[in-house]
Amino acid sequence: MSSNEAAKISVRNLNAWFGEKLVIRDIDIEIPEKQATAIIGPSGCGKSTFIRCCNRMHELVPGARVQGSIQLDEESIYDRSIDPVLLRRRIGMVFQKPNPFPSMSIRDNVLSGLKLTKSGRLKEADSIVENALQQAALWDEVKDRLNDPGIGLSGGQQQRLCIARALAVEPEVLLMDEPCSALDPVATARIEDLIHGLKDDYTIVIVTHNMQQAARVSDRTAFFLMGELVEYRGTKRMFTTPKDKRTEDYITGKFG
Amino acid sequence: MEKAKTPLRERIIEGGLLCCGAVSVITTAAILVILLIETAGFFKEVSLMDFFADTQWTPLFSEKHFGIWPLLSGTLLTSAIAIAVALPMGLLAAIYLSEFAAEGVRKTLKPILEVLAGVPTIVYGYFALVYVTPILQKIIPNLSGFNALSPGLIMGIMIIPMVSSLSEDALHAIPATLKEGAFALGADKLGTLFRVTIPSALSGIMASAILAASRAIGETMIVAIAAGQQPRFTFDPRVPIETMTAYIVQISLGDTPTGSIAYKTIFVVGASLFIMTFSMNILSRKLVRRYRRGGS
Repeated sequence: MSSNEAAKISVRNLNAWFGEKLVIRDIDIEIPEKQATAIIGPSGCGKSTFIRCCNRMHELVPGARVQGSIQLDEESIYDRSIDPVLLRRRIGMVFQKPNPFPSMSIRDNVLSGLKLTKSGRLKEADSIVENALQQAALWDEVKDRLNDPGIGLSGGQQQRLCIARALAVEPEVLLMDEPCSALDPVATARIEDLIHGLKDDYTIVIVTHNMQQAARVSDRTAFFLMGELVEYRGTKRMFTTPKDKRTEDYITGKFG
Repeated sequence: MEKAKTPLRERIIEGGLLCCGAVSVITTAAILVILLIETAGFFKEVSLMDFFADTQWTPLFSEKHFGIWPLLSGTLLTSAIAIAVALPMGLLAAIYLSEFAAEGVRKTLKPILEVLAGVPTIVYGYFALVYVTPILQKIIPNLSGFNALSPGLIMGIMIIPMVSSLSEDALHAIPATLKEGAFALGADKLGTLFRVTIPSALSGIMASAILAASRAIGETMIVAIAAGQQPRFTFDPRVPIETMTAYIVQISLGDTPTGSIAYKTIFVVGASLFIMTFSMNILSRKLVRRYRRGGS
């Protein structure tokens, strides 16, 4: 990483387990601020587990364990003094399958993070809803039916609603776990456009099994294989002149 | 293409199975028809006005009154007490089992709780009369030996497993991804539970409450034994009352001649009960269907 880029998240010697199974080994990586970083790799390579370590979601799974250090703005997130609940308000997450809350309207879904955290910002609810939906490029499609149920939207709209919901809490980092894998190509293109705009304000880490997507949206790409970080470079260079033979084999489609 | 002929053997088996299924449908239909005929006969002799507007129920006295309110109030009172016990306790048990208990604890406790539903109601009835009422009398001095409170409480305990088991199913059916969504937004465990998990499971929880209420309304033995047999239009839980079901027991066991007006009252009360529980079951089925759709 060049010296003018500040690392938002820096990871040292990260290991993570499910029960006895080691799924991530000795990961060292620095994720730059206000850029999009893609994590690619075949299924089961630990890429989802890696980002779930970054917002301390991994430990919610019974038997799951983490070792090593992750720093957010030079503050260790696994320190005893850090409350994971508060940490997750700074690091938003978008999941593989759109998961809007079925009991809530579109509006309440956007506000759900603020309501769940009893935020004082609820006083400006209307402008927060509009802002978040604008940022998620969903406002024009839903502004006349904000009180309709969120699950009535199409899959792509639901996913953008989930992005709006994550943005409404004003996180610093947005983790995206294969956010387009359940969407059609048109909806995927909209989300990708969105990511381009969002990285002006947020640090984005996107897990994807789609290499074209990584090439299209990210500034840097990390290639994970069997729980290890094989290669991590600027996206363009990674896809044109990979250093590691395994990376080359993967991006040219020899396996995975 | 010609459709393949079903072999005779299979058609016989199919017919036999159909007959087995039909038995229960035909029985239900027959019960409905008889209820309807006898109820119609009752209303030839007693006006709807007397049935709905009178507040006394004395079909066995020389001065007869046929107001349904005393029996209805008795049923509603005991059922309301039962729900007041079963809903909070059942729901808390369901929340504990689904959200807090370790998998092993859940697997052990749930069947044990469900055993409560298997205790014969006659046992509950005597338990209410012989144990619970005397204890309650020490706390509430002017409580009668027969009252609505004690059988209501016991009925509530009886239907706890119904509420907890069905609510637990509803809570457990909420996908983990929804809870993760809430956690990722910075919610704590209780916030997630009350703002996401329970609201998402609400139709299932409501369905369990309605089914439990319908079970309480239809419950017979406990109230027949411990609530007394005095039709009385009151919502005072301390005095003897009579529920609709207990009245039917009382008349059925007596020497009421077939065809008499007292005989017909059984059917009209039965029909009223049927309408109440039937509509509640329909409502709960609708709610369950909604939560199945929403939860998938």
